[in-house]
Amino acid sequence: MRELSLHILDIVENGIAAGGNCIRIEVDEAPKKDQLKIVIRDNGRGMPIEKRDHMDDPFITSRTTRRVGLGLSLLSAATERCDGILRVDTQPGKGTEVEATFRYHHIDRAPLGDIAATITTLIIGNPEIDFVYSHCIDGNEFSLDTREIREEMEDLSLSDPVVIHHLSEKIRSSLKELTSGKNKS
Amino acid sequence: MAKLTIEDLKKIKEKTAKETSLRDGPASIKITVHMGTCGIAAGAREVMSTLMEEMAEADRHDIRVVASGCMGMCSSEPNVTVEAEGSEPIVYQLMDSNKMRQVFKRHVLLGEVQTDFALAKM
Repeated sequence: MRELSLHILDIVENGIAAGGNCIRIEVDEAPKKDQLKIVIRDNGRGMPIEKRDHMDDPFITSRTTRRVGLGLSLLSAATERCDGILRVDTQPGKGTEVEATFRYHHIDRAPLGDIAATITTLIIGNPEIDFVYSHCIDGNEFSLDTREIREEMEDLSLSDPVVIHHLSEKIRSSLKELTSGKNKS
Repeated sequence: MAKLTIEDLKKIKEKTAKETSLRDGPASIKITVHMGTCGIAAGAREVMSTLMEEMAEADRHDIRVVASGCMGMCSSEPNVTVEAEGSEPIVYQLMDSNKMRQVFKRHVLLGEVQTDFALAKM
């Protein structure tokens, strides 16, 4: 994958496929500490033990349409490439937490990419799922909770493309603010 | 801490209310963007973003967009399925932003199946 935000999109889709209805996405960029952490937590059915133990084996997969599953394997390879680790914590019936860490300044670390597109793609493509997204850059945080948005928007649907358009603009400008806040300090 | 505040939401809501009429009623066309690992790696997110832009422009309330997983034809990703009420679903293959635009304008809005990009009908 060319961008880490594409990995996020992919792993979140896994969580939705596992029957989760609320997905938490946390991105923590800490250039000063030379660390980038991505946490994705779902409340789906969890993974069977044999899958967790062979997480980075692409030939172990729960899917039925083909015999290779690449999502976690690719993310695992991406973290290892940048002196990071992939940790997966799964509890049957309760959900799965995937935590990927990277060395922020590692030359092989893919850029985070268009995270706003990832979030809005998830929201519009999965209208019945709730997302909680928080993004932290050197201690400055931005967060978004679709449950709150839904409550506030009342008659307007979140799958409305115009709403989605404004939402992605808002995410982009907020993240830009976070980054410029970092430069000031 | 920055947060998507109630203020922001109100602004978004106001803008949206100005730009669109109320969108409800039954969906007569369903567009599925396949977003498995294979689709995402091949560029499905860009296809979805373009689709969102086109939808915003078209202002039609009977079109539904959904994301789904891989359907097993990874070599032809990104795949997009267009299901219009009363006709067979058409699967498009090797999509990109431009093809998505064409498919949306011609097939979704006007009902002309774009056979050049089609993989199959189901």
